[in-house]
Amino acid sequence: MRCKDPIIVVKDLYVNFYTYAGVVKAINGVSFEICRGETYCLVGETGCGKSVTSRALTRLIKSPGRIEKGEIYFYPEPGKKIDIMKLSDEEIRKIRGYDIAYIFQDPSASLDPLYTIGYHVAETMAFHGVVQSIKEGIKKAAQVLRLAKMPDPESRVRAFPHELSGGMKQRAVIGMSLANRPKLLIADEPTTALDVTIQAQIMNFLKELKEKENLTLLLITHNMGLVAEMCDTVAVMYAGEIVEEAPVEELFKNPLHPYTRGLMRAVPKHVGKNVTLESIPGTVPNLIFPPPGCRFHPRCPYRFDPCDKKRPPLIEIEKNHKVACWLYAKEGGKR
Amino acid sequence: MNSKELINYMKSTFGEPMVEVVDLKKYFPVKGVFRTIGYVRAVDGVSFIVPKGKTLGLVGESGCGKTTTGRLILRLIEPTSGHVYFDGKDIFKLKGKKLLEFRRKAQMVFQDPYMSLDPRMTVFDIIMEPIRAHKIKVEDPQKFVVNLLYEVGLNETHLYRYPHEFSGGQRQRIAVARVLALEPEFIVLDEPTSALDVSVQAQILNMLKDLQAKRGLTYLFISHDLGVVRYMSDYIAVMYLGKIVEMGPAEEVFEKPLHPYTKMLFASMPVPDPFEAKKKPKVEVIGEPPSPINPPPGCRFHPRCQYAMDICRKKEPPLVMAEKGHFVACWLYAKK
Repeated sequence: MRCKDPIIVVKDLYVNFYTYAGVVKAINGVSFEICRGETYCLVGETGCGKSVTSRALTRLIKSPGRIEKGEIYFYPEPGKKIDIMKLSDEEIRKIRGYDIAYIFQDPSASLDPLYTIGYHVAETMAFHGVVQSIKEGIKKAAQVLRLAKMPDPESRVRAFPHELSGGMKQRAVIGMSLANRPKLLIADEPTTALDVTIQAQIMNFLKELKEKENLTLLLITHNMGLVAEMCDTVAVMYAGEIVEEAPVEELFKNPLHPYTRGLMRAVPKHVGKNVTLESIPGTVPNLIFPPPGCRFHPRCPYRFDPCDKKRPPLIEIEKNHKVACWLYAKEGGKR
Repeated sequence: MNSKELINYMKSTFGEPMVEVVDLKKYFPVKGVFRTIGYVRAVDGVSFIVPKGKTLGLVGESGCGKTTTGRLILRLIEPTSGHVYFDGKDIFKLKGKKLLEFRRKAQMVFQDPYMSLDPRMTVFDIIMEPIRAHKIKVEDPQKFVVNLLYEVGLNETHLYRYPHEFSGGQRQRIAVARVLALEPEFIVLDEPTSALDVSVQAQILNMLKDLQAKRGLTYLFISHDLGVVRYMSDYIAVMYLGKIVEMGPAEEVFEKPLHPYTKMLFASMPVPDPFEAKKKPKVEVIGEPPSPINPPPGCRFHPRCQYAMDICRKKEPPLVMAEKGHFVACWLYAKK
């Protein structure tokens, strides 16, 4: 156990999507835990399963997707354990948006164009009984939007989504998710659709907020820069599996998995034209027919005998630094 | 400094130009019910050069006019006013055969390879299409296309496949092969990797660099990703709300940015290194970019600028040379 006081524990999660083309094995045995009060990052490329993992935490997986197996435990308070997989739909809805809130990538898709920003905020509060009526909620909405650093919140309460810029829409969505003072905030690529200057504003604000509200943040991103600036602990995902997990400084100082190393070298960082960037050959595999053994082996420069036959286990190499690679594991599982 | 002097300065420091842009403007009308109620000033008087055989990186946030500039340079749209000289010839005056020749020499690679390739055409047809359109005779089309495919890292097995069978990175390779078919001299790369993953992005960037070295191509590289621009460019120009606010050799601009907007932009860029991130000076990002329909008077950046002075609110700063080859449009560096 990495955490003394975890807020969420996931064990051996499998998610499949049943499409016409075949069964997409999107999440293939993912286990991790998030400590209360930390910022945990899931990082990886398109289709690696980072969003699906975060959605599975509140069973927000729609057909044709299905959680095949796995255990998910949520601890709203230390010592109080909720088995997410055993809850009824009714019960999980009470947690979603109350204890665990989401921010998604595209703020326009999260807002209904026919309702005002104030109504959106009021609705989330009224649904969970924080306020008695929508009317009361709208009155309180300005206060919530101010928490999300919305400029001129009083007048924005009456504004419709199309009247706001992308950055302000995302602030409105953050306001909605913060309305009920959640314990865990899941931000799924919250700034990917925004410009860098606006991204910096929102990230600074999330950092401040985390300290002020004692929030736990699960940040999902593909941007190594954001990982470095925001996170405490990082899990690198590849093709539906966690390949490496470590505290952020340890991961950047001493990346172990060949994929993590490749990923870090592939990001241009203060390099001019005279340098040649290293790239990872090949592309992300098709998860209907994932490669056998280690899913990274077709692209790996260090592959050897067991890689294409047996899946490497995620084992702890150094304190809190876990990696799933045969370079570091003996076939028995121990080094 | 007027734009002619400016261009001359740039020529003397950056080298012989492939493309010369003088006072280029593009206003898009905003239509009301009965009449035009305003203009979006997407590009509002930019002057710069793209030196031969080099890469000019054009950076800025969404809506700053970088893509519009790229399209104007290729005459995909007509300007409101201003000139673009390609190899010394004004492209907006070209007609007939001369225009066709310009269209062959100057090409574009688009951002989204999922939209820029016709899903009903095979790779062979996609790459041959520009050849057919320009009525160029090719001895052995199949061999010709295969050679191009090899050049972009694909091979003959891909010849008769359709775009949906390829990943994003491979599609972008096809788009590049299609452009190379016409043996262009100048290519506008409009965010060629922003739809791709980082591990694939590096492959495409390296390929583009290799092609440039091999074929002596001139690039205009448009991007909002500063790390990528730095990696690709010899010179960079920073745009804000339709204006160039800073321009110079890439390394110098990155190491020593002068304009407050450039500084803010660079400080906003997250550094992929937790040790450096902690040391990084914190620059307050104020406000959001204003609408290009009613840009603020004077310097367009002044409402977000922490150094804003009186003059900034009244008069627009000209682009001046602050140091040799390093141009900036800011009253902190210009004579009032």
